[in-house]
Amino acid sequence: MGKTIAEKIFSQHSGEDARAGDLVIAHLDFIMGQDGTAPLAINSFHEMRGEKVFDPSKVAFVIDHSAPSPNEGVSSLHKLMREFTSKQGILLYDIGHGVCHQLMLEQGHVVPGDLVIGADSHTCTYGALNAFSTGVGSTDLAAGIISGKLWFKVPETIKFLCEGILPPGVFSKDLILYLIGDIGADGATYLAAEYCGETISALDVEERFTIANMAIEMGAKAGLMEFDEKVKKWVAGRSKKPPRPVFADPDAKYLEIRKYDLSHLEPQIACPHTVDNVSPVGQVEGLPVQQAFIGTCTNGRINDLRIAARILTGKKVSPGVRLIVAPSSRQVFLDAMNEGIIQVLVEAGAAIVTPGCGPCVGTHNGVPSDGEVVLSTANRNFKGRMGNSRASIYLASPATVAASAVTGRVTDPRPFFL
Amino acid sequence: MSILKGKVWIFGNDIDTDAIIPARYLNTSDPSELALHCMEDADPSFPGKVSPGDIIVAGKNFGCGSSREHAPLAIKEAGIACVIAESFARIFYRNAINIGLPILESAEAAAFLKEGHQVEVNLDKGEIMEISSGRRFSAVPFPPFMQEIMAKGGLINFVKEKVKKSE
Repeated sequence: MGKTIAEKIFSQHSGEDARAGDLVIAHLDFIMGQDGTAPLAINSFHEMRGEKVFDPSKVAFVIDHSAPSPNEGVSSLHKLMREFTSKQGILLYDIGHGVCHQLMLEQGHVVPGDLVIGADSHTCTYGALNAFSTGVGSTDLAAGIISGKLWFKVPETIKFLCEGILPPGVFSKDLILYLIGDIGADGATYLAAEYCGETISALDVEERFTIANMAIEMGAKAGLMEFDEKVKKWVAGRSKKPPRPVFADPDAKYLEIRKYDLSHLEPQIACPHTVDNVSPVGQVEGLPVQQAFIGTCTNGRINDLRIAARILTGKKVSPGVRLIVAPSSRQVFLDAMNEGIIQVLVEAGAAIVTPGCGPCVGTHNGVPSDGEVVLSTANRNFKGRMGNSRASIYLASPATVAASAVTGRVTDPRPFFL
Repeated sequence: MSILKGKVWIFGNDIDTDAIIPARYLNTSDPSELALHCMEDADPSFPGKVSPGDIIVAGKNFGCGSSREHAPLAIKEAGIACVIAESFARIFYRNAINIGLPILESAEAAAFLKEGHQVEVNLDKGEIMEISSGRRFSAVPFPPFMQEIMAKGGLINFVKEKVKKSE
């Protein structure tokens, strides 16, 4: 019997013939922690009597969730991270570098075939590079950086076979929202998701990140994709590590194969307060919006900002709307400046904030008021997510958010792409 | 740790980590500070009315969302003896075991139990009993490896003992 991508990666990293359902102890290629989770992991590291990180070149910490620090409590947690990374000789991406997942990808820390853990649930993003990456908590992170290994239950795999080319004005964000709405917020719990087919192949690598990023919003342990020339090229420009592509066997066993024709997909929107509460944008069209947010590990990359700039060129953000933009990294910020995108966004009335997570996770930089409607490119619309449990968060593509920022109401962006 | 008795608090489906402990309170790693805001965005009055030994009973996908270990820590430190749910999100499940918060998966118990019920939980056997009616439910058993971590009170103690043995 053949193997899935997940079974192959766990076999290679555990030295065993790993099959779905097996418990294995596997070697880790890279480990990441951020300022929401690393401080607890540092405490656990000491409680476990850890002395040295197993391999300083395979660990990075990122200060992105509250960057720069909004209060003294967070400042002391950041200080703890700075002292720990300095003592251990591990890489620290301090404030302004950007969102952890964007850095892991663009700085070349992950290549195809890798097994990676991160103490952040959206670590699944790297699956778009044909790597198995998954989110863990602080205690697992501590065990990982001490030993370089972690126990895993090898997951069964559910395959999403996506056919058809997305119509103009419809993006990978709409695709993943649609899939989550279809399968539900716990539809892939404990499973690996494989996203493949013509629709995925046609997307650029950066567009694919948006899909893999949100695998966790259907409960999945990983959001995996196939290796192709686009991935090979993307990685070659960024990492010195050799890629080790992994292909599923033709006779691999899947728990389920779900087929979709996406050639007529409409722009999608996730309504409060769960990510699977998805409908076509048309059903919510006209709802007044008070805050629009473009950024995050889901949709804060240069391709996303290009789309926003295309819509906002020569236009103004509606007077009733606050548009906040957070480039997902310093590199994205620089690229956007060089391309004139920042000029366009600022002239339109956007407020640009430091590359990082801020508004998405509700720590600072854009906490909404009671009763307000927020339209965001992020991955979560949980009650209270952005720092106020009496606000309503809707999720959509950068195109939908930018178009709605112009009109002041939830707006179908397709007319901008005719 | 094997037998627990406590009063039930009911929560619905998809209780996410932002409802369990909002990120705006993650400016500390002190579990007692976190406990003051436990479940606040799901029920603002919860931190004031929960008593040590109480039990949370919820629907499907409990603990979905973030990987923040502060979520099970806040629940444990608030005095909750265990969480019973129809199902748990993956990272929460793993974090709860790692920090020694007992969790039990039972769709039948989650459907039957009501707020204020008194229940008895036998963690070793995975049995849940509603005391007034005597109704019993069995939870999905943990693999032996995870039972061992839970018996040690979490991964930290588990690792410490392994290190001790190898010394």
